[in-house]
Amino acid sequence: MRTITIAPVTRIEGHAKITLHLDEQGRVDDARMHVTQVRGFEKFCEGRPYYEMPSLMARICGICPISHLLASAKACDALMAVRIPPAAARLRRAVHMAQFIQSHALSFFHLSSPDLLLGMDADPAIRNIVGVVQAHPELAKAGIGLRRYGQQVIEWLAGDRVHPSWIVPGGVNAPLTPAVQARIMEGLPEAKAVIQQTLDLFKSILDRFEDEIANFGHFPSLYMGLVDPRGRLELYDGGLRFMDAQGAIMHDHVPSEDYRQYIGEAVESWSYLKLPYYKPMGYPDGLYRVGPMARLNVADSCGTPAADVELTEYRQRVGRIGESSFLFHYARLIEALYAAEKLNELIGEEAALDPRVRAEARPNSPEGIGIAEAPRGTLIHHYRIDEQGLITWANLIIATGNNNLAINRSIKQVAQRYVDSERLTEGMLNRVEAVVRAYDPCLSCSTHAVGQMPLRIELHAADGRLLDTLSRDGA
Amino acid sequence: MSKIKLATTWLDGCAGCHMSLLDVDEGILALLEVADIVYGPLVDIKQYPEGVDVALVEGAASSEEDVELLHTIRERTRIVVALGDCAVTSNVPSMRNQFGVGAIMRRAYFENADAQAQQPADGVPALLSQARPIHSVIKVDYFLPGCPPSAALILQALTELCAGRLTEPGPLARFG
Repeated sequence: MRTITIAPVTRIEGHAKITLHLDEQGRVDDARMHVTQVRGFEKFCEGRPYYEMPSLMARICGICPISHLLASAKACDALMAVRIPPAAARLRRAVHMAQFIQSHALSFFHLSSPDLLLGMDADPAIRNIVGVVQAHPELAKAGIGLRRYGQQVIEWLAGDRVHPSWIVPGGVNAPLTPAVQARIMEGLPEAKAVIQQTLDLFKSILDRFEDEIANFGHFPSLYMGLVDPRGRLELYDGGLRFMDAQGAIMHDHVPSEDYRQYIGEAVESWSYLKLPYYKPMGYPDGLYRVGPMARLNVADSCGTPAADVELTEYRQRVGRIGESSFLFHYARLIEALYAAEKLNELIGEEAALDPRVRAEARPNSPEGIGIAEAPRGTLIHHYRIDEQGLITWANLIIATGNNNLAINRSIKQVAQRYVDSERLTEGMLNRVEAVVRAYDPCLSCSTHAVGQMPLRIELHAADGRLLDTLSRDGA
Repeated sequence: MSKIKLATTWLDGCAGCHMSLLDVDEGILALLEVADIVYGPLVDIKQYPEGVDVALVEGAASSEEDVELLHTIRERTRIVVALGDCAVTSNVPSMRNQFGVGAIMRRAYFENADAQAQQPADGVPALLSQARPIHSVIKVDYFLPGCPPSAALILQALTELCAGRLTEPGPLARFG
């Protein structure tokens, strides 16, 4: 058995390595993404008071701390058995929209635009955001500006850009001020314009990627995401919808308390990242996808005007059900537009200024579950507490984890299409990494990985003889 | 003047310090005038290069691979910066220390597993018994605390280091 190793996978949020396993003829037989660290949050939160959880769990991820703050705070709301004030829910949603803007901007501009704009085969020395700054300075500046706006809105609302302490069990700890409201509204038109321009640009280059669309994780699967009571796109609350490969709804408005009936977690010996699956179909057949493309699949509509125009065009282009994970890029931009429109709606209305933003209570329930849609997909926090409100047990299913089975299936498909083990090129391997980037995996979130190892690909014959070596380094 | 060679990496951390680095916003463009990013999660260079001027290291040392990488960084870098509370004190990652590696693994891969419960051990590095601050592994030249350190602090430090100065970080530096 010969193996090709790509390590570390770069331009993703976290570190992983990929191994491609070759058969006797040198064809790719299997592919695996190894996530190489576990951090232990499910265990080491034990004994801490429940009200520390949002701040502690936010430290799972500095890229989407808001998602963890929200899922954690919702689980704590359930432990307290409170319904939070309407203005608190509105402000939590608003800060979540800001996070979608910044996180989706980061994924598109900082991490994936080098592949999309400079080319999959571009020189690895310039195939990065600096290369994009040089080749497309206006676009790169617009992208940096868009991410800045999302982060600024988080800072204005919540006090800090990374790990703010504003989202608390029971609501948020300070109401919106008219000054912050005005600042957010002032920046929105430009943010929206940048997203719209980027969408137009993406659509104009989409035809160049026909081959990638056909091969980047293009397979039928199940899809999961939150929807609102009317079946529209929902990121903060609502119920889970499961959809099959043909687009038929399998389960709808599933309450968060029932998630374990539908989602199981499997372990493989080769990764610290577990592999969730749709329980009724078993492992590994119960492969499902989450995240931007899955959310646009399960939702009937977005529910905001400009995003719905884009969604209609998207469905004309790709069909009612997006099947290729390359479309995550496209779906991500539509969601960013939705987030900007939604932010406008949430912050612009008078009700946003209501000073009642926090419910106070003691712990009133032994168990609490909070589910939100993180930028990368469905995020689940599940806690149990003792009489004193100290955590006794926790289970976390992280957005990227949900896609773990699909990512592994996708890298195998890409490797089988592009990797020629007799004539390896750097661009072939970059495509394997690029399909991982399409999922925008957040491995800091998932368990967090390490392993900054040099990329050195060695081809060994079945008898162990070294056949070929390829390395990628700064030289 | 030749450009400073800048490397960044994260070990057992959350990437929040790297986000704070990006939170210098358009300031990154000015920074790129004086520094080349020669290694890190934003660029496609896979091997830690020789002759790095400044390395920003986020996160605690938590696995055998972390320790190896830290030694490589030290050998090939003039100034090593511990970026953020996890690198400086081991912070949140060290909360696992009191439980031990076995308990962490049991919770994740046995108690909270529905299929194929087992200990991952194939191609994944072993965890150290304790998550540790990076200065307990290698010599560190400069400490920037914070969870995360503010963008202003990171920019000030990088500006000073690029100019060849090692000054006190001053009032911008704080833990938490």
